[in-house]
Amino acid sequence: MLALLIAVFLFLPHVYGNESLLFTLMTFIVLAQGLNLLYGFTGYLPFGYVGFFGCGAYATSLLVLHSGLPVLLCVVGGGLAAVVMGLILGPLLRLSGAYFSIASLAASQILYFVVSNTNLADITGGPYGLKIEQVYAPTASYHTMLAVLVLATALAAYFRVSAFGMGLRATRQDPVSASMVGINIVRARLITWLISAGVAGLAGGAYAWNLSVFYPEAVFTLQISVFAIVFSLFGGVGTVIGPIIGAGVLYSLYSAIGISEPQYFQLIYGGLIVLLVLFMPGGVLSLLTRRGVRVF
Amino acid sequence: MELLEYAIIGGILYGIYFSLIGIGLNLIFGVMRIINLAHGQFIVLGAYAAWLVSRHFGFNPLWGVPTVFVAAIVIGYPLYYAVVPRLQRSGDPEMLSFILFFGVGQMLEALTGLGFGADQRSLPSEALGSGNLGVFGQEFPDSWWWAAGVSIAAIVALWLYFTRTRLGYATRAIMASREEALATGINVNKVSALAFVAGLALAGIAGVFLPYLLGSVSPDLGDSLTTTSFAIVIIGSLGNPLGTIIGGLVFGLGTMLMQTYYSSWSNLVPYVLLLVIVLIRPTGLLGKAVRSV
Repeated sequence: MLALLIAVFLFLPHVYGNESLLFTLMTFIVLAQGLNLLYGFTGYLPFGYVGFFGCGAYATSLLVLHSGLPVLLCVVGGGLAAVVMGLILGPLLRLSGAYFSIASLAASQILYFVVSNTNLADITGGPYGLKIEQVYAPTASYHTMLAVLVLATALAAYFRVSAFGMGLRATRQDPVSASMVGINIVRARLITWLISAGVAGLAGGAYAWNLSVFYPEAVFTLQISVFAIVFSLFGGVGTVIGPIIGAGVLYSLYSAIGISEPQYFQLIYGGLIVLLVLFMPGGVLSLLTRRGVRVF
Repeated sequence: MELLEYAIIGGILYGIYFSLIGIGLNLIFGVMRIINLAHGQFIVLGAYAAWLVSRHFGFNPLWGVPTVFVAAIVIGYPLYYAVVPRLQRSGDPEMLSFILFFGVGQMLEALTGLGFGADQRSLPSEALGSGNLGVFGQEFPDSWWWAAGVSIAAIVALWLYFTRTRLGYATRAIMASREEALATGINVNKVSALAFVAGLALAGIAGVFLPYLLGSVSPDLGDSLTTTSFAIVIIGSLGNPLGTIIGGLVFGLGTMLMQTYYSSWSNLVPYVLLLVIVLIRPTGLLGKAVRSV
């Protein structure tokens, strides 16, 4: 599975010229997968997931500008920064359901407004964003994103087969019983939250490296959260290949019509969400599971 | 002192209006335990209705109020029966409705964009009186007073409905306990549908005044309006529509004070208020402790 992913994304640039499109596709697979880790296994739906992505992008860029470390380490630093942000926002996990979703959205908006505030223009570039074009390296950043993609998929696979992931799913279904059989609910949720945040942070770092010039909107737009949510819901949450399929199919659709006709695309995915919730809460993969096919 | 007075009176007017912005979301949640994440988009739709009425047909934008009322009935009933009963039979209506109405909101936003274009639209400023009305020497545009006045009227009407009519009693019974309301023979579906339509109508009415309060309106305002409404509703306490007034006032005063003294940070107000309140008192300022694991 992992080998297949690596092979596909190493091979595709040779047959398909638009490497930046492939790069963005990988970014969204990573984000959909990272969101799936949290939502699919704990039931917490973070609308502000993009906050970690932006946090990683900014931390990476600031490290490149001020620390002089190798870029790869800076990307790792971006991931760590997102984990730290996750720790700070950890108390949000005390909330349930919709409260959590909205509160995390509020948190990501706060991050965005702080980062893009003109008063901080000396540090974050304010509304003008950051430039790290001195380290611009499309191929190296492409491979970095591929590595992050492999890591995210491996994590999902681990969640899928390990006792830890099993415990998470038990917690999702019935927290009281789960805690009675000895699962430390709070710790397991927090760990998942931090892992999910770290994945988004790494993706943000690699993304910033690839773009090398970006505005705050580019890495904090709510649309990134929305895409990650829709892609993983479409494929099927709580599985390993669901988010990959969802992101693959829908992002291809998006790049075909969404860029030229964004409103029609918005209409289509809005309708898709409604239909998915009403008729297929398990995503397209549930079509297979209903017929008795075991889906990984 | 001048500035402070201006901020406080402005904050009260602004806050009363924002109570109306939030109250529809809260009514729907209180009665159906369903989160209308398309709330902001319905408000924007109301604003475009007022724009159509005034710019296209040349009437006073106040005619937008009855227009959105009719529109809420036309849109609300089919939407209610298409999705809500189905959602309430599912395992987790709160979370599923959250996602579903998010999809509805995206569709509405796309349709508004396709129908009216992405440009910002404003309403004729003289239509609601071009003067300023002063209190304690502080002057505010007439449209602000109109917005606050209509908001108070709408909230009073809702209060009268709750306390003076049989349907209002039934609505409150459902809010207190859905199962017991069912058991006493209340037609829960009918009453809920009415509350759903009323929630959309309140959002639409709020929308009519949006271009005046914000200066202009564009299709992409929906999401931030939804978040702001959420903040107001949670400050007041989720599920208690009249608590929303307190939420609105806290939000209005907070925003106005920030705009007066630290204007570059004022767009943080609703989000910071939301986070702080949710973490300290998840049930809102007036709420009872009802939170489970």
